[in-house]
Amino acid sequence: MRRLFLKTALFFSCIFLGMSLSFAQTPDTADGLVKFVVEDVMATIKNDKAIQAGDLRKINALVDQKILPHSNFQKTTQLAMGRNWPKATPAQQALITQEFKSLLIRIYGGALAQVKDQKIQYKPSRAAADDTDVIVRTVVIGRGDPIQLDYRVEKTANGWKVYDINVLGAWLVESYRNQFNDQISKGGVEGLIQFLQQRNSALAAAK
Amino acid sequence: MNSFTRHLYKAIIFTMMLVLGACATTTQQNERVARIDPLEPMNRAIFTFNENLDQYLVKPAAEAYKFVLPDPARRGVTNFFSNIGDIFVAANNLLQGKPQEATSDVGRFLVNSTIGILGFFDVATDMGLDKHKEDFGQTLGVWGVSDGPYLVLPLFGPSNIRDTVGLAVDLKTDFVLNTNQLNSDQRLGVTAVRVLDKRANLLDAGQLLEDAAFDKYSFLRDGYLQRRRNQIYDGDPPPLAE
Repeated sequence: MRRLFLKTALFFSCIFLGMSLSFAQTPDTADGLVKFVVEDVMATIKNDKAIQAGDLRKINALVDQKILPHSNFQKTTQLAMGRNWPKATPAQQALITQEFKSLLIRIYGGALAQVKDQKIQYKPSRAAADDTDVIVRTVVIGRGDPIQLDYRVEKTANGWKVYDINVLGAWLVESYRNQFNDQISKGGVEGLIQFLQQRNSALAAAK
Repeated sequence: MNSFTRHLYKAIIFTMMLVLGACATTTQQNERVARIDPLEPMNRAIFTFNENLDQYLVKPAAEAYKFVLPDPARRGVTNFFSNIGDIFVAANNLLQGKPQEATSDVGRFLVNSTIGILGFFDVATDMGLDKHKEDFGQTLGVWGVSDGPYLVLPLFGPSNIRDTVGLAVDLKTDFVLNTNQLNSDQRLGVTAVRVLDKRANLLDAGQLLEDAAFDKYSFLRDGYLQRRRNQIYDGDPPPLAE
C-alpha cells in the first residue's frame, strides 16, 4: 500500500515536472511573460551588430517578431483615446491604432539600439493568482541612474498581452491622453489622423 | 541668503512679471486641464521663454561642453554633484520617516567621498547602495501637501506650487550655493558647470521628446505631474481615482 502510494506520488510529480518544463517556454503568468519577452529581445540585440548600429529595418523586424505578438496595441490606443474612442468609426480606429503604433516604434525603436550591458531587476509580484490585469515592475540598471520600467499586462484568450508601459514614472497611455484629446478638439478624429500621418512621414523623412 | 541666490530669485520674479504682463490671451481648456493647470496662459509664456533660452544659449553650451569633455570625465562631474546631493537626499529621507534609506545615503556619501575620490566615482552603487532621488518637494508631498496648480518656473522649468516651495528650500540648503568656501565668482563657475552637466545628460532625450509630443508643453506637464506623484510614492503610487 505504502509502495503504491509512493509510486503514484512519483508518477504525478513527474507529470507536474514535465508540465512546468513545457510551461517555461510559454509563460502563463504576467511576470513570466514580461521576463520572457525582455530576455529574448535583449539576447537578440546583444547578438546583432546591425541593430546595435541602429538599423531601423532590423529593429522593426525585431519589434514585429518579438514584441508585437505579446502586446495589445489596440487597447493602448483605445485607452489613450479615452472618451473619444467611440467617436471614431471602426475604420478610423484601425487607422489611428496603426499610425500610433508606427509612431511609437519610430520613437522608442531607437532606444533598443542602446541595449548593451544593462541588467534588469524584476521586482517581486504582488498580484493574486487569479488577477487578470497586473502591473509588472522592473528596474533597468545601466551606467547612469536606474530606470524604472513597468508594464501593464492583461490576460486574454491568447495569453498575456502588454498594453501600457511606464518609463521613469509616467505611463504611456496617461501621457498621451491629453495629446489625443487636444488634437481631436482642434480638428476632430480626422484631424488627429492627419496629424499622426504627418508626424510619421516627417519622422520617416528625417531618418 | 547670499548675493548669488538673491540675484537668482530676483531674476526669476522679474521674468515672471515680464511674462505675466505679456500674456493676455486665454486658451480653451477642458475640465481636467482647468483643474491641474489654471495658470496655463502664463505657464505657456514662461515655457516659450525657457525654450528660447535653451535653444539659443543653454543647449548649444551643453553641446559644446559634451564635445569638449570626454564621456568618463562628464560622468565624473555628474557623480561629483550627485554625491554632494546625497547628504540632502539623506536628510529628506529622514524627514520622510525612512531611516534605512537615509543610512544608506550617508553610507553612499562616505564611500564615494573616500574610495570614490571626492565623489567622482560612484563605487557605492556597485556595492549595492542604490542612489535615491529625494528633494524637499517630495518630502512635502509625503507629508500630505497637495500639488497645487502646475507652474512653469523661469530657468527651472516644470513645477507646481508645492515643488516651488520645495525648490526654494533645496536652493537655500544647497551646498554649492551657500558654502563659504567659494567666492561669488567661483560659485557662479561651479553652478555653470553643474547646469551644463545636467543639460548635457538630457541632450539625447531632447530629440525623443520633440518626436513623441503632439504638443510639447502639455506632454511635459502631464509627464512631470505623473513622475512627481510616482516619486513621492517611491515608484509605487496608488491608482488615481478618476
